[in-house]
Amino acid sequence: MKHRDLLGMEDLERADIERILETANHMREVGERDVKKVPTLRGRTVVNLFFEASTRTRASFEIAGKRLSADVVNFSPSSSSLKKSESILDTARTLDAMDPDCVIVRHSVAGVPKCIADVLSAPVINAGDGAHEHPTQALLDMLTVQQEKGRIDGLTVTIVGDIAHSRVARSNIYGFRRMGAEVRVAAPPTMIPADVETLGVKAYTSLREALEGADVVMALRIQNERLVGSWFPSVREYSATFGLDRARLRFAKDDAIVMHPGPVNRGVELSHELTDDRSSVILDQVRNGVAIRMAVLYLFAGRQRGRAAAEETRP
Amino acid sequence: MRIAHEIVERNEEPESLFLVAIPNGGVPLARILAANLRDVADVDVAVGVLDTTLYRDDLMISGERPALRHTEMPSAVDDRCVVLVDDVVKTGRTIRAAMDALMDFGRPRAVQVVGLIDRGHRELPIKLDYVGKNVPTRTGENVRLCGANGVLEPPFEVVLVAEGVAA
Amino acid sequence: MLDPASERDEIADVLCVDGRIEAVGAELDGRGAEIFDAEGQWVAPGFVDLHCHLREPGQEYKEDIASGGRAAVAGGFTTVACMANTDPVNDDPATTDFILDRARNDSPARVYPVAAATKGLEGKVMTEMSALLNAGAVAFSDDGRTIMDSGVMRRVLEYSRLVDVPIIVHCEDRTLVGDGVLNEGAISTRLGLPGNPAIAEEVHVSRDIKLAELTGARLHVAHVSTAGGVEEVRRARERGISVTAEVTPHHLTLTDEAALGYDTSTKVAPPLRSAADVAACRAGLVDGSIDAIATDHAPHAQHEKEQQFTEAPHGMLGFETAAAVSLDLVRRAELSPLEWVRRLSLNPARILRRPGGSLVPGEPADVVVIDPEKRWVYDTAKGHSKSRNSPWAGQELTGRVTATFVEGKLVFHVDRGVLAP
Repeated sequence: MKHRDLLGMEDLERADIERILETANHMREVGERDVKKVPTLRGRTVVNLFFEASTRTRASFEIAGKRLSADVVNFSPSSSSLKKSESILDTARTLDAMDPDCVIVRHSVAGVPKCIADVLSAPVINAGDGAHEHPTQALLDMLTVQQEKGRIDGLTVTIVGDIAHSRVARSNIYGFRRMGAEVRVAAPPTMIPADVETLGVKAYTSLREALEGADVVMALRIQNERLVGSWFPSVREYSATFGLDRARLRFAKDDAIVMHPGPVNRGVELSHELTDDRSSVILDQVRNGVAIRMAVLYLFAGRQRGRAAAEETRP
Repeated sequence: MRIAHEIVERNEEPESLFLVAIPNGGVPLARILAANLRDVADVDVAVGVLDTTLYRDDLMISGERPALRHTEMPSAVDDRCVVLVDDVVKTGRTIRAAMDALMDFGRPRAVQVVGLIDRGHRELPIKLDYVGKNVPTRTGENVRLCGANGVLEPPFEVVLVAEGVAA
Repeated sequence: MLDPASERDEIADVLCVDGRIEAVGAELDGRGAEIFDAEGQWVAPGFVDLHCHLREPGQEYKEDIASGGRAAVAGGFTTVACMANTDPVNDDPATTDFILDRARNDSPARVYPVAAATKGLEGKVMTEMSALLNAGAVAFSDDGRTIMDSGVMRRVLEYSRLVDVPIIVHCEDRTLVGDGVLNEGAISTRLGLPGNPAIAEEVHVSRDIKLAELTGARLHVAHVSTAGGVEEVRRARERGISVTAEVTPHHLTLTDEAALGYDTSTKVAPPLRSAADVAACRAGLVDGSIDAIATDHAPHAQHEKEQQFTEAPHGMLGFETAAAVSLDLVRRAELSPLEWVRRLSLNPARILRRPGGSLVPGEPADVVVIDPEKRWVYDTAKGHSKSRNSPWAGQELTGRVTATFVEGKLVFHVDRGVLAP
């Protein structure tokens, strides 16, 4: 691995991605054993530093850490309880003094894992930062596609939904592009971020055109509470124009698979029938999530940089 | 072939044998051994592959994490006599890791170890049950197994190479 | 010697007597005078900053008038105009009076308070402009709290004709800015941070120019940052509308790419823009559409800037780096040394219609000495501001103010630090 931290797919080389996917394939076997535990990270401390609530991702990292015998500590300072006089970096420095071997960070604001990584001695894994990146989600998506399609290179991947506010979209764009896939995004114009083509994707406002010939169709979750009214008129209108169902999926290739990072708003992003359809690989994604996170912990945890180097970067 | 005979001599119920290869070198050897056992005792012995990487005791010391290898355990371990198969045994640390891994798969009735080459330099109290050949080496040397015509099957030729040369 | 007021760019001596410029010329008789040898360097009128935040009263943990004044003279600024967003807001004569009193006692630089245009910067009720003017305010501005209500803005501009001082406007339509913290474009998309579109500035520059045209008020557009904003100002001036404008050193030299590492010291309002916007701002400054360079010196405490990018306050330090950073335009031959000096001293003084910015005999002896070639490392820990939020922290810069005189008195020397008060 080229970098000490896993902050985003943008930083990963193709060889790094291949290495993680390969390792995760082996980790899946550990999860199939009766005793789902190996002693690899025995005596190592993995901290789940989740500023933003997330039951699923946190559980996935926790299970991954425990399967590798790490001591997993959950630390969830709610943003509101953080006093103004204690900065996020103060929290990070406090944590650093407890000598963790790996810190998994989730925050509702882009860039926080990077800033924390800059002051920590331990490697940082980004578990989602604002609308920036969610690298382990992209890796598990890629692992799922690799299993279903046998390859990633040359595939056409269409991501449908709120691209502007989606870290899953950005990480998948970087990852699939790096691995040689063509990536398209489809959304109402308000949900396509400025200059999106600079990320190497083609943007569509017609779902039909975006699905034409797609091997993989990935629907993103719509955050109703936050966005209705200002970014799109209503959930009903969204699902009528960008919701996926069996009829619309026919525009894609016959063997196209349907993915969703979960949790699915049934009847909004995906129709009920499609969620449970044969083409849906949503539960495989979840299963692969644990394997990917085991692989990431195996490859990154404990890669302490020298204390001296850490001291130097402190102001 | 000699080792197959020895295994049969030591184990009264050859049908309860389970050969577990340690990758990568142990895998072809275990296959050959299974074939030999079929010839010697007319038993179909299960062959498994057990990667020991996640059980290594030096993972956190070395910088880059080693690549994982395939693990496939087609048979349960409980009450079987498991024979671990490795090509070259030196410090004994890999065998230790393999035994720990094995215990996570169940409770074998007995565990025995085959090492085609024993180089000495043991660092743990591990004794081989079946040895192909003792090859005393210096620490600065590596051992390479070569089959005739580049195919890894008996008769083997043992080549000593300086450390650092790819095995 | 560089004096834009007399268009002189020559080797000369400057004689100061009793705090005023006495004479300028070659080989002056210096008998009985204290000699300051500036051979090989530039001697120019002290810089005048139209836009800074000194944080006192109320936020002395970020900066106060004493520390801000020291940082100012260390950067060559002999006069600074400080914005009204203090706590309490400078919206009544007592606060203006307090600031001037503090400045007289604590600050080596002359301080001109800019009072609020509306009470509490709330954009609703206009302030007592005459009383504030009498107390010493030099201009009015709600700065970052852009007056969104166009009706209020019209009345403020209209009423300001009574006092005949500039209304300084921070042009950003807050509804278009939304949650934006970074220029909207490829970089904001890549970083996943909400974008602040250029159109938010352009729309408001356009509105305020129309209102200035209607009312005949003196409009000064603060920190122009977009190509569209520069163009609006340029066209208004061509039409003879009374509008002036400033640009900051950071909008002249940095693009939004500076934020790629999520460094919150690059978070400013308006945000750092694209390369095309930077080029347009430079062109505007060169062709005179933009009159002046102003720092928007905005100190913030380290713990405030160490927040997530969306929470961290806007602003960066400006005093001590302004000269070195803006000298880039001289090094790239976009501005002559004389024209560069004009935009830092004479033009801002003229916008305020105050003395200074000139080495003409009779003017205050506010003088700055600059070594344009000197290489130095900007160490914020050794800087004079109380805060450290600078994107140039730890970087090597070229060009440095080596001495500053206020009313003939040496207040800063590069080797001896700030000397007074």
